[in-house]
Amino acid sequence: MSILVNKNTKLICQGFTGKHGTFHSEQCIAYGTQMVGGVTPGKGGNTHLGLPVFDTVFDAVSQTGADATMIYVPAPFAADAIMEAAHAGIKIIVCITEGVPVQDMIKIKQNLKNFPDTVLIGPNCPGIITPGECKIGIMPASIHQVGKIGIISRSGTLTYEAVAQTTALGLGQSTCVGIGGDPVRGLNFVDCLELFYKDTKTEGILMIGEIGGNDEQDAGDFIKHQTQLGNYKPTAAFIAGVTAPKGKRMGHAGAIASGKGDSAQEKIDYLRECGLVVTLSPAQLGKAMVDAMQQDSSYMPASRF
Amino acid sequence: MNIHEYQAKRLLKTYGLPVSEGVMVESVFDAEAQAKIFNKPLMVVKAQIHAGGRGKAGGVVLCKSVEEVKAAAEKILHKPLITHQTGPQGQIVRRLYIEDGANIDQEFYLSFVLDRAHGCMTIISSREGGTEIEEVAKKSPEKITKTLIYPATGIMGYHVRHVAKTYGLNDKDQIKKLGEILTKLYQVLLDKDADLIEINPFVLTTEGNLHLLDAKISFEGNALFKHPDIEALRDEKEEDALETLAREQDLNYIKLDGNIGCMVNGAGLAMATMDLIKLCGAEPANFLDVGGTASQEKVETAFKIILSDKDVKGILVNIFGGIMKCDIIAHGIIAAAKSLHVHVPLVVRLQGTNSPEGQKILRDSGLNIKAIDSLDEASEEIVKQVQAV
Repeated sequence: MSILVNKNTKLICQGFTGKHGTFHSEQCIAYGTQMVGGVTPGKGGNTHLGLPVFDTVFDAVSQTGADATMIYVPAPFAADAIMEAAHAGIKIIVCITEGVPVQDMIKIKQNLKNFPDTVLIGPNCPGIITPGECKIGIMPASIHQVGKIGIISRSGTLTYEAVAQTTALGLGQSTCVGIGGDPVRGLNFVDCLELFYKDTKTEGILMIGEIGGNDEQDAGDFIKHQTQLGNYKPTAAFIAGVTAPKGKRMGHAGAIASGKGDSAQEKIDYLRECGLVVTLSPAQLGKAMVDAMQQDSSYMPASRF
Repeated sequence: MNIHEYQAKRLLKTYGLPVSEGVMVESVFDAEAQAKIFNKPLMVVKAQIHAGGRGKAGGVVLCKSVEEVKAAAEKILHKPLITHQTGPQGQIVRRLYIEDGANIDQEFYLSFVLDRAHGCMTIISSREGGTEIEEVAKKSPEKITKTLIYPATGIMGYHVRHVAKTYGLNDKDQIKKLGEILTKLYQVLLDKDADLIEINPFVLTTEGNLHLLDAKISFEGNALFKHPDIEALRDEKEEDALETLAREQDLNYIKLDGNIGCMVNGAGLAMATMDLIKLCGAEPANFLDVGGTASQEKVETAFKIILSDKDVKGILVNIFGGIMKCDIIAHGIIAAAKSLHVHVPLVVRLQGTNSPEGQKILRDSGLNIKAIDSLDEASEEIVKQVQAV
């Protein structure tokens, strides 16, 4: 099994005929993702990469049965693209676009509550991949391996680091979700954890967080609670930004430590208290995962809390 | 993007919000001349820098005469003002704002910020104004009220009642006025894509009027494309010159205090690389994300920016080549290093597609470049080389 996407996922691309949309659609098709078409307003009726182009997501859904989309439209149009996809009945919306205004995301997050079966991943993220079945996004296919680790990350290339290291150790990945580097986003750590906990194929979880916000703490609370209930799943984590100065935005819109508990050190301490194996080195992500898997649930008695 | 207090107040004034009359000057001569025209019994001279904590640092002076304004201007203008937010070198004061003084009865705190956990804006209010909200949060968190704003309904009556209760306001007219102020400030935030509006202090005057005595507004970088009028308010002199240069080149650079420069693709990996340098016992000189493409041109600009920091004694390049192949990136690094005559030790770690080819190209280049494919070893190597110098 896997979470969210698999070999049955039918994918379209919004911004299909643009430079990025074209390049990454080609890569997804080459990986074996079941791509069924794309959307570029005004270009409906054409064929691109051997697939039909539609003017609207509504047309694409009704004619192909698509249930997932990846969005590469420029930032000013991303909100429009996300809402159109939700409205048209798409279930998995992956927004790769970087630079979506926060006020747009605030409205989207509220409006998506009208679509309880729809999941938004991103924006400002590398996408989601279930190795061997379905790649939606910009991640390099070659580093992935079918396996048992679920990866959740706020970063792009740092996710690739986690993937490459778990592949090198022979663990492989069940599904990798890049939740994105923006302060207001779709899926969060806890949403992904809930899914990974239910997925029997996922034997360990690797979380890549960073400075800013308190979502990592929420993830820690979730894991601690599950362990207390007897549902232990080995989890390792890395939090980027121990050396980041306070009050400075470090590349990602959401990577800024300015409030309570949102520095890297505070998150690291908190997650350790919740029973996670937290490594301080981005070169030891795979090893931290192995360490977490070697400490079985007896090492983590509920009485510890 | 931050703007100055005087710019924020001009903007707020266009919305009919109660701010003091004032005039911005850039010289002592103008300060004196404008003070003569302005001629109020109490004038406040305020240093215009983007950092907070100006009052405590001596950047706000109450003056009762034109002579006092002139003396204050002479003392503050064109000199560094050191606040807890500027760092030890301070920030040069290039502009002053001379403002009509207010008779303060009570000082409150008011701000509009993003609540990340709920994905909405929120109002933060406190009866303790004039001091930093972080201090209040530490000492007496019970004195701070947070009220979420749901985007579909905006500012409702209950928001006003919550804030009025926090402030201890009972007067009907004052509460009505408070409602107008909250509504208008939220409108400014929406209209201009501000990600922070902070009024501290928000005062009640002895005449019983609510008044915005200070104003800090920060705008969201991602939304500036919608607001050329706001972009025009940017004061590049308040920003780090190298950071500005990097932004113009579509690079993300932040200067730090260490001596090992880093060039990395991706913001998360860039932060993690800095952390790793620290873990190896040294300090990073900068954060630099070259972005997804890492083309020769970008790498060249990035080297230039890193090397213009004279503290840099070595550079670690850490590129996870995904879609872009490592052999192409290696050629770019060599060309950039050659054309710029990079004179400090250079350790390059390339990982991803075609990384063995990339490493070989670097090794065969004849340049002083150490190519290492393990992240651990690359970091240890640059630290060792720099510490050996």
